[in-house]
Amino acid sequence: MSTLEIKDLRVSVATEQGRKEILKGLDLSVRSGETHAIMGPNGAGKSTLGYALAGHPKYEIDGGSVTLDGADVLAMSIDERARAGLFLAMQYPVEIPGVTVADFLRTAKTAVSGEAPAVRTWIKEVRGSMEQLRMDRSFAERNVNEGFSGGEKKRHEILQLELLRPRFAILDETDSGLDVDALKIVSEGVNRAREATGLGVILITHYTRILRYIQPDFVHVLVDGRVAEEGGPELADRLENEGYDRFLPAGASSESA
Amino acid sequence: MAVQPGAGGASLAPVQTRDERPWSYVPSAFSAPDRHDPAWQFLDLDRLAPLLDGATDAAGEQNAPSATFRPEDILSALAWQQGDHEPIVIDGEQAEPVVAVVEGTGLEPVVARNVRIEARPHSSGTVVLEYRGSASLRENVEIIVGDGAHLTVVSLQQWADDALHAAAHQAVVGRDASLKHVVVSLGGGVVRINPSVRLAGDGAETQLLGLAFADAGQHFESQVFLHHEGRRTKGNVTYKGALQGAGARTVWIGDVLIGPDAVGTDSYEQNRNLVLTEGARADSIPNLEIKTGDIQGAGHASATGRFDDEQLFYLRARGIPEDEARRLVVIGFLAEIIQQLPGEALRERLFEAVAQELSR
Repeated sequence: MSTLEIKDLRVSVATEQGRKEILKGLDLSVRSGETHAIMGPNGAGKSTLGYALAGHPKYEIDGGSVTLDGADVLAMSIDERARAGLFLAMQYPVEIPGVTVADFLRTAKTAVSGEAPAVRTWIKEVRGSMEQLRMDRSFAERNVNEGFSGGEKKRHEILQLELLRPRFAILDETDSGLDVDALKIVSEGVNRAREATGLGVILITHYTRILRYIQPDFVHVLVDGRVAEEGGPELADRLENEGYDRFLPAGASSESA
Repeated sequence: MAVQPGAGGASLAPVQTRDERPWSYVPSAFSAPDRHDPAWQFLDLDRLAPLLDGATDAAGEQNAPSATFRPEDILSALAWQQGDHEPIVIDGEQAEPVVAVVEGTGLEPVVARNVRIEARPHSSGTVVLEYRGSASLRENVEIIVGDGAHLTVVSLQQWADDALHAAAHQAVVGRDASLKHVVVSLGGGVVRINPSVRLAGDGAETQLLGLAFADAGQHFESQVFLHHEGRRTKGNVTYKGALQGAGARTVWIGDVLIGPDAVGTDSYEQNRNLVLTEGARADSIPNLEIKTGDIQGAGHASATGRFDDEQLFYLRARGIPEDEARRLVVIGFLAEIIQQLPGEALRERLFEAVAQELSR
């Protein structure tokens, strides 16, 4: 049983207009096997949370703490965080020309587990996961994310999630740009990882659609860098009906925010 | 023999089109390299000076001219007159590559040589020219690809850090023939390999590829000239460079000329450079000259950039340590060229060599 503990996290980002404070004191505690949905209008700081946890250099930590079973995550480098068991499924996965998916997966697995995986079982495992995510075998020989469609990129993210077996995953708008079929396939992958490894999930999303396939235990509504409301799955249902309007200043609409 | 007609003389008005550059087999017909001359402007001429040794007392014409090779600068003319002339002939279908190695033993004396590679009509084969050790080398490589022949030529520079190497490659490609020409420069002090290819026959094709990995103090240059003469010819030029360390320098000049008869031409040239550290410099100049409008397509691209931090972040976010992630990105960047090389063993060797460059 592991715990990811976020306390009073304050994060800013450098913009052309100077530094902008995005997260203004966020608290969140996630234990193994739990799924926490982070919902909120655009600009609330949802993606910033994902990037800050993963250690993206653009995001500056102004205060607060993040610990993984007591270990100081914020003191770790990007790759140390991943090796400690954090995984960020990115909203916009990056193309890496000339590096094949097969090479990339093996290199990442070797880095995360500290030793090269046994060739035969590894290939079997990769193929098995790819099949379940309805990815053609030829994918392994393509360059990482190069020429992938939006849906292919998201499947590739979840493929990594299944193969690297992190302790906690942050899914940053994994549902965006997916049609219903792809959303189901991707969600099944996440659910398999939850069952197989007791993965703890922080599921960042604007819409409630993905929550039909990945059941959250807790829902947190993030508004203007802080958790404005928390509850169980029923909170998501309420958001589905009412939108984010009641969290926003009068006159603003969640669609344009 | 004086400077050839059609050239206008080495010291007259500026050349208007790439095909009219002056040429001569006589070294004294050329003036000394000058940094105001576009052909020399990026070179450190002091560093190159040893290659000009003996230029003044060079004899006139000792070696017969060639129908397919025309020296376009003094170093090339010197090499023509002073060096040996070595033939390599490809006939039939040659499965094993012909490998010719120059193993340098010192900067002095200056060495000159000429290689004439001829692929007979309808033959196919590969020639790998390899360069190691220390040397001061002026060189001409003449390449004749007969009708219907398919030839690959690789020039692989793995010189020691002090080597000086100036080479002119000139190729003529016949009807329905193809040439894959690859310049790989990983070692040397000043290395300039200038390939010039005439797609003379109808339906001729060429792929001109280059890979340079310049470390501190290394200057790797290629002035590439692709001349579409025949009808329906196809050419692709892709040169890639990685630079690391103070004073690391690459120069690429890509001239493409689509002649008046070259209807149906399909041509593309690109140069991409990845600058890994401060203090390195990449020059990139694409030129495109078109004398007929009736073509399939012609384009050029050039991009020089720093390391992509988002790529690094993505790889590191999967647990891959920073140095390993950098290695992956650079090797991935250069892989497009390496993957085009003939033979698994040579490709493996080059991936290994690039990895070693990165750990320097």
